Amino acid sequence: MRLEIDRVAVAIGAKRIVHEASLTVEPGSIVGLIGPNGSGKSTLLRAVYRLLRPAAGYVRLGGDDVWQLSARESARRTGVVVQETPSDFEFTVAEVVAMGRTPHKGMLAGDTAADGQILAAALRRVNMGAFVERQFNTLSGGEKQRVLVARALAQEPKFLVLDEPTNHLDIHYQLEILELVKSLGITTLITLHDLNLAAAYCARLYMLSAGRIVAAGAPEEVLTPARLREVFLVDAVTGRHPVTGALQLAFVATPHRHDGEA
Amino acid sequence: MSPGWVTGMVRPLCKTFPRRFACSKHSLQAFSERFEVTVEHSSEGTALADGAVPKVVAHRSSATIRFWLMLAGLLVALIAAIVLAVAIGAVGIPFATVVQVILSHLFPGSVEATWSPTQDQIVWQFRLPRALLAVIVGAALAISGTVLQAMVRNPLADPYIFGISSGASVGAVAVLTLGAGVVGGLSLSLAAFLGSLGTMLLVYLLAQQGGSAAPTRLVLAGVAVGYVLSAVTSYLVLRSATPGGGAAAVLYWLAGSLGGAKWEYLGLPSLALLVAVLLLLLQARPLNALLAGEETAVGLGVNVERFRLQLFLITSLLVGVVVAISGAIGFVGLMIPHITRMLVGSDHRRVLPIATLLGAVYLVLVDLLGRTLIAPQELPVGIVTAALGGPFFLWLLRQRRPGGGA
Repeated sequence: MRLEIDRVAVAIGAKRIVHEASLTVEPGSIVGLIGPNGSGKSTLLRAVYRLLRPAAGYVRLGGDDVWQLSARESARRTGVVVQETPSDFEFTVAEVVAMGRTPHKGMLAGDTAADGQILAAALRRVNMGAFVERQFNTLSGGEKQRVLVARALAQEPKFLVLDEPTNHLDIHYQLEILELVKSLGITTLITLHDLNLAAAYCARLYMLSAGRIVAAGAPEEVLTPARLREVFLVDAVTGRHPVTGALQLAFVATPHRHDGEA
Repeated sequence: MSPGWVTGMVRPLCKTFPRRFACSKHSLQAFSERFEVTVEHSSEGTALADGAVPKVVAHRSSATIRFWLMLAGLLVALIAAIVLAVAIGAVGIPFATVVQVILSHLFPGSVEATWSPTQDQIVWQFRLPRALLAVIVGAALAISGTVLQAMVRNPLADPYIFGISSGASVGAVAVLTLGAGVVGGLSLSLAAFLGSLGTMLLVYLLAQQGGSAAPTRLVLAGVAVGYVLSAVTSYLVLRSATPGGGAAAVLYWLAGSLGGAKWEYLGLPSLALLVAVLLLLLQARPLNALLAGEETAVGLGVNVERFRLQLFLITSLLVGVVVAISGAIGFVGLMIPHITRMLVGSDHRRVLPIATLLGAVYLVLVDLLGRTLIAPQELPVGIVTAALGGPFFLWLLRQRRPGGGA
């Protein structure tokens, strides 16, 4: 399902966080949103999955304005994986994934056999079938993230939103979660801090700086040394990954000028 | 282990994941036959090729069976507790007589009267209304506590978190210390209810910003308003701390008691409870999503702001009605939800009905203890709930494996 963000502006209180952002995710492709801390990546995502209503512009999914859809209809189309503050309450893995059926269920509807199949399939898809009865809180970071992806899959979404899915994961799990997302073949909009991962897994990148999209295109077009210096304040040397051939960046700390030093 | 289980397939690095789905509908029958012989444990970190589906199904159905058994058990326990509470007291009444008296009132002419008018009066006029009030109050506090803990995602939340009990206290204490005349001839209950209603509106207005009230702001506003109102209550009590000034009556009311139960007081609370329970039971799925987090809930299609307002209104009105009659009985609304989660996990589709019944059974039994422990004197039920419940809860807490399941 095609996502189109059309001149969207988002404000929190009186402060504009995102200005006139336009972006397109073609069906079946993975598009990355990159930018320094505070550049508005997560805020823009929130306008897509209906946490923050845009002050201006449109978010269209499959041709429909998501803010004109009902909350439930929107959640039937869009699966969301976000960083969530940990809860003191304990859910089992099965219960966490079962939440994914919420937008498909009326107030009185119980779980059917079909729901059971969907949940089982979602867990197997992320290789977590053996963890069904485990308490979610006892899982490792990588396992939790995979369960959250399974929950999004249980929504049977046509479109996925992932906000920093590799945060706090070791390199093994970072690669694993992104391989998983890639293997799903679902239209995906993802924010990533790691620019090398973004270059390796995203067909297209959009770079945000201070709430504005300053570059868009294939990773090679967006991640140029000049732009990295300007937006991320680092010097970078570009190269190729020796195995995959993907664009790779090596960073050099920009000499920092402290007050009182030469 | 059944042959379908593949062990030792330890997480392959950067490999594509097995992409097999077990989705055919008729296969469910095969699964249900298989899971009974399926060994429960599979070593951690082991990937499954086949067999994950029966495991899911097995998990769901064993939890479901346990839930229904528990629900049925609690219903039986509730009836038994009511009969017990009606039978025991200063004058003991045989269980059979208790049941007969109740039946004779419910279905006039169905049972031949073999009991004395005094027994009839004790059962029907005094003890049964009191036991039923305990049912209503216990159920209302337990379900409200459960919902509010999920709503503010805080295990310390209880039905009084928004200051509702302090508001009710001011109303009740004003009547008790100043006399009904000063507050416009209101009855104790009505004054307490108006106090809680006023507090609820005040807290909501203070907490809201830009048309919505975040849970943290609601809790903080509730706590702050609660402190102010407690000060008012304390002042009213101190003012009246003269012989005959009503201080003892105030302390008694503040501790919470079911002593004033009469049939005519049960109508509104039972209606409020019925409506609230029905409305809240329908919200089990969104409640799960909300407990997982606000962003998660939005992602799952829950209209979070509207949902929170609904929950706030339903629980506040219910608690206001209940507190007005019984005083602020503590601990039930905090503890029963946690005990329930320890028993059945956090899924509200199970937690809500179980907690409601458990709260009812618990308060009936605790009130029975309160009026028999130091008979002929009576301990306010609020004191007994805390004195018994606290240690029991701590014991339960220590029974659990660290990070372990329910």
